Amino acid sequence: MIAMKTLYLLVPLAPLAGALAAGLFGRAIGRRGAHTVTILGVLIAFLASCAILVDVLHGNSFNGAVYTWATSGETRFEIGFLIDRLSALMIVVVSFVSLMVHVYTIGYMADDPGYQRFFSYIALFTFSMLMLVMANNFLQLFFGWEAVGLVSYLLIGFWYTRPSATYANLKAFIVNRVGDFGFLLGIALVLAHFGTLDYAGVFSQAPGQAGATLELLPGSHWLLLTVICLCLFVGAMGKSAQFPLHVWLPDSMEGPTPISALIHAATMVTAGIFMVARMSPLYELSQTALSVVMVVGAITALFMALIAVTQFDIKRVIAYSTLSQLGYMTVALGASAYAAGIFHLMTHAFFKAVLFLGAGSVIIALHHEQDMRRMGGLRKYMPVTYATVLVGALANAGLPPFAGFFSKDAILEAVHASQLPGAGFAYLALLAAVFVGGVYTFRLVFYAFHGETRVDPHVLEHLRESPWVVTLPLVLLAIPSLASGWWLGKVVFGNYFGSSIEVLPVHAGIAELAAEYHGLWSFMLHGLAGLPFWLALAGAALAWYLYTVRTDLPKRIAVAFGPLYALVEGKYGFDELYSWLFAGGARVLGKGLWRGGDQTVIDGVVVNGSARVVGWVASVVRLFQSGLIYQYAVSMLVGVVLLTYWFLRS
Amino acid sequence: MNLPLLSLAIWVPILAGLLVLATGGDARAPLQRWLALAGALAGFLVTIPLYTRFDAHSSAMQFVELTPWIAQFNVNYHLGVDGISVLFVLLNSFVTVLVVIAGWSVIESRVAQYYASFLILSGLMNGVFAALDALLFYVFFEATLIPMFIIIGVWGGPNRVYAALKFFLYTLLGSLLMLVAFLYLYNKSGGSFAIMDWWKLPLPLGVQILLFFGFLLGFAVKVPMWPVHTWLPDAHVEAPTGGSVVLAAIMLKLGAYGFVRFSLPILPDASRALSGFMIALSLIAVVYIGLVAIVQNDMKKLIAYSSISHMGLVTLGFFIFNAYGVEGSLVQMISHGLVSAALFLCVGVMYDRLHSRQIADYGGVANVMPKFAALMMLFAMANSGLPATSGFVGEFLVVLGSMKTSFWIAFAAASTLIWGAAYNLWLYKRVIFGAVANEHVAAMADLNPRELVVLGLLAAAVLFLGVYPLPFTEVMHASVNELLRHVALPKL
Repeated sequence: MIAMKTLYLLVPLAPLAGALAAGLFGRAIGRRGAHTVTILGVLIAFLASCAILVDVLHGNSFNGAVYTWATSGETRFEIGFLIDRLSALMIVVVSFVSLMVHVYTIGYMADDPGYQRFFSYIALFTFSMLMLVMANNFLQLFFGWEAVGLVSYLLIGFWYTRPSATYANLKAFIVNRVGDFGFLLGIALVLAHFGTLDYAGVFSQAPGQAGATLELLPGSHWLLLTVICLCLFVGAMGKSAQFPLHVWLPDSMEGPTPISALIHAATMVTAGIFMVARMSPLYELSQTALSVVMVVGAITALFMALIAVTQFDIKRVIAYSTLSQLGYMTVALGASAYAAGIFHLMTHAFFKAVLFLGAGSVIIALHHEQDMRRMGGLRKYMPVTYATVLVGALANAGLPPFAGFFSKDAILEAVHASQLPGAGFAYLALLAAVFVGGVYTFRLVFYAFHGETRVDPHVLEHLRESPWVVTLPLVLLAIPSLASGWWLGKVVFGNYFGSSIEVLPVHAGIAELAAEYHGLWSFMLHGLAGLPFWLALAGAALAWYLYTVRTDLPKRIAVAFGPLYALVEGKYGFDELYSWLFAGGARVLGKGLWRGGDQTVIDGVVVNGSARVVGWVASVVRLFQSGLIYQYAVSMLVGVVLLTYWFLRS
Repeated sequence: MNLPLLSLAIWVPILAGLLVLATGGDARAPLQRWLALAGALAGFLVTIPLYTRFDAHSSAMQFVELTPWIAQFNVNYHLGVDGISVLFVLLNSFVTVLVVIAGWSVIESRVAQYYASFLILSGLMNGVFAALDALLFYVFFEATLIPMFIIIGVWGGPNRVYAALKFFLYTLLGSLLMLVAFLYLYNKSGGSFAIMDWWKLPLPLGVQILLFFGFLLGFAVKVPMWPVHTWLPDAHVEAPTGGSVVLAAIMLKLGAYGFVRFSLPILPDASRALSGFMIALSLIAVVYIGLVAIVQNDMKKLIAYSSISHMGLVTLGFFIFNAYGVEGSLVQMISHGLVSAALFLCVGVMYDRLHSRQIADYGGVANVMPKFAALMMLFAMANSGLPATSGFVGEFLVVLGSMKTSFWIAFAAASTLIWGAAYNLWLYKRVIFGAVANEHVAAMADLNPRELVVLGLLAAAVLFLGVYPLPFTEVMHASVNELLRHVALPKL
């Protein structure tokens, strides 16, 4: 047991040690030193995570405190770990993708002056994410929650001299803070009504609180758990970039590509999904919350996929694809198919990392060119990158036998089976998103890698495949992008998660599907006969037609759909709306309160006004002290007369 | 060995200050600096046993000293600390050391007077936190105005006379009614100025409410609470760096401390009756001032407004009457002492190089001052309440506490997450990030060892308190419970 505890501690602390070494002593240990210590730290975390997963698969689990953070009132706030099947799987995925990204970074950031700083940040990020996942209480969850936000802020603004980067990181942090604001309220509600922040304590009391209500406004009673779940979900919407808090994610592509792969595809954005799955004992008790989750996810899945079709920046296409895929996971959560959501989270972590890192490989080979209009025909020059991106694309579009097919199909089936309000809409939206997903994914493949090259001739002369530190992680990630879906039977239908995830019998869509599940082959064959597969294929075929055969058509379609196209390309105007309403509004309000409230009313009228009143009174009083004897004599006389009158009156 | 530790904490800095003053003119500046540092360090060292020997299980006053002072009026030199006040004595003495180091090569004229003012101020503020006799408290409370008035008025900026006068009159007038309230309580209690006697004094609600407003004006101006806060931005802008540091880190806490020492336990019924009013004022500070902070163009004004907003959370925590709230507020006061001190020092570091506080004059400082940029990032994040920094602990506890009272109070309080991120990080973006803005910025040198030590110590404290606040919260429990017991007890 002691040995296992050491392993648990090693998982977050080894990357932290690497981050501190690279961050504080970066100059002393040099570039090689910086990437060695951080990679070593993450490697240790990965190996320890694997050992923990094996241990967990043998039926062990752990729930205990590491140290007491603070005490207040009757409450002990603790830092502690919950190691079960859910967190064990998550730490393996996180540390594996992180390890690949670390290795890849050696190649990608080779010429960057901020090399050590970058390694320090990504190791620190890995630490934060691992702490988040391993938490056994809401406090530590919030720690990790905000810490990934911080490191994401640092990484998006990594190239801090670029105005676009510092704009994007500010925006990302503030939008995330809006989410965290809701999340914090959720946590506070939990503590106020359950008296503890430990998962175990909260979950065990949850059924007893199922009927409790909260009077939010006079006369308006809400189910307590609904309010809690919705508040927590606001946090998830921030972190997992769900509509309408999705606006930060595409801008976050300002950061170097490895970070886009690690944070904005495989890990940080999955925090919200993980959190909801972790909170399944609470969400299960609120139909309203589940419905909201499902509808928000469905909106995100479809409408973000549509934007991806209109983008030309290769990283932004993938970023919108990420948003759409996160929408799928969210829908799965809403349909109580937590296992399917987490399964898609895992497969997506692999294939999205491949896509991002592949895009990065292209970007660096083309000397920081991200516009697909200046790519084309790259497969001849970069065969390894092409092959791995293709694997990622096939998985992303959900074509069999690639990983995404299994995880996505499981979600679709689960939503189809769901009886909750909104499930019908969610199912249709996801079906549409599958088609659009086929289009944007293969648009990227055909546009960037096939056809005539549109690359600048000077660049083309030196164009070659990236070095092994870049291609090796691509290959290592491509393998699970193909194969990780084959664990479907075990993870989703095999009750892998056991007691880590709770599903009420009334929401047992997954269990019903599991009863009909007869192995991978039959699932695949069944899938081949299903609508989603043909929709994805149709999307891919359309992309092939538009971007290799009739390359003139996309432009004409864009013109034909003028305003509609502009609306989608302009991301439905959310950026403009938010910057006008919130950023502008806060400034107008702040200026108004400052100039009007502080300076005019308080200082102008009250403070300086009272000073003026004192001055005026003094100037009046001064008149009496004229120094002229006859004035004093007259006023004395008047006084005597008045006093005499007053005395005589009574 | 039973040294009168509290007396030492008060008089060691004051005597050191007088000693520095006695050394003469600026010709002896190097000696004066070392003397001042020795005095500040000695002052800090004598406070350490206050923590190490403190009995956290007891809510009683500890290290008590009691000597008659003006016997015919029953005024006593009565000192003592409990879990609420002890940490502020330490914080004050710690910050004094930093202020002395920070002024080392910055202050070149009237060095002796400068250091003497700070040392004497430090001793007087320890007196405020340690006084158990109301008249003694009042004397210390008012006496602190004099050195601060001198600090702003002599070493301040161009508009220093207006600012110093505004500061002086605002706070002096505020506390006059407090004195009236003290005298009333003195009569009512049969001639006692002992604060703890007043805790037991039965008072009708109407009287309590009148007294409450008497106290309120004195304390609210000091905190400062909305709407009596407008002296603070002016004072900060004109004060020298060290003055701003002490003002934000310690002086503002005197007012908040007054609420827990006087208003809550002496006037529990009025406190409960008026809690809605106090909560409203506090939340206005959080939201209104948070918004005002966003649009500031002057870095010091921005941090000054952020102080007011954070102090709003402190007063909020006191008036929701539960342990999370009160303990959160106390932690927030300590954290704010560290973080606001650090941020004012950061502005001072930049001001020493560029002689401007205007945000527009900066940009791209990270390129030339990477170490400074990293430290300031930490403090900006701490100021926006990021977990694992001290700024998070208090905010978190206060929000938890207010949820026990009402969802909407917690809602407004938690919005500080958004305002804090907005004004801190927007400031950071404009000043630190970006390309080098002009040749003045290009010529800025990174932190010298002296500055690195000061900011490094604060950074260590901010992180320690964020990662492991237990040693701080543990000290408070017994006294906070005792306080809450007093608040819950009707005494009509």
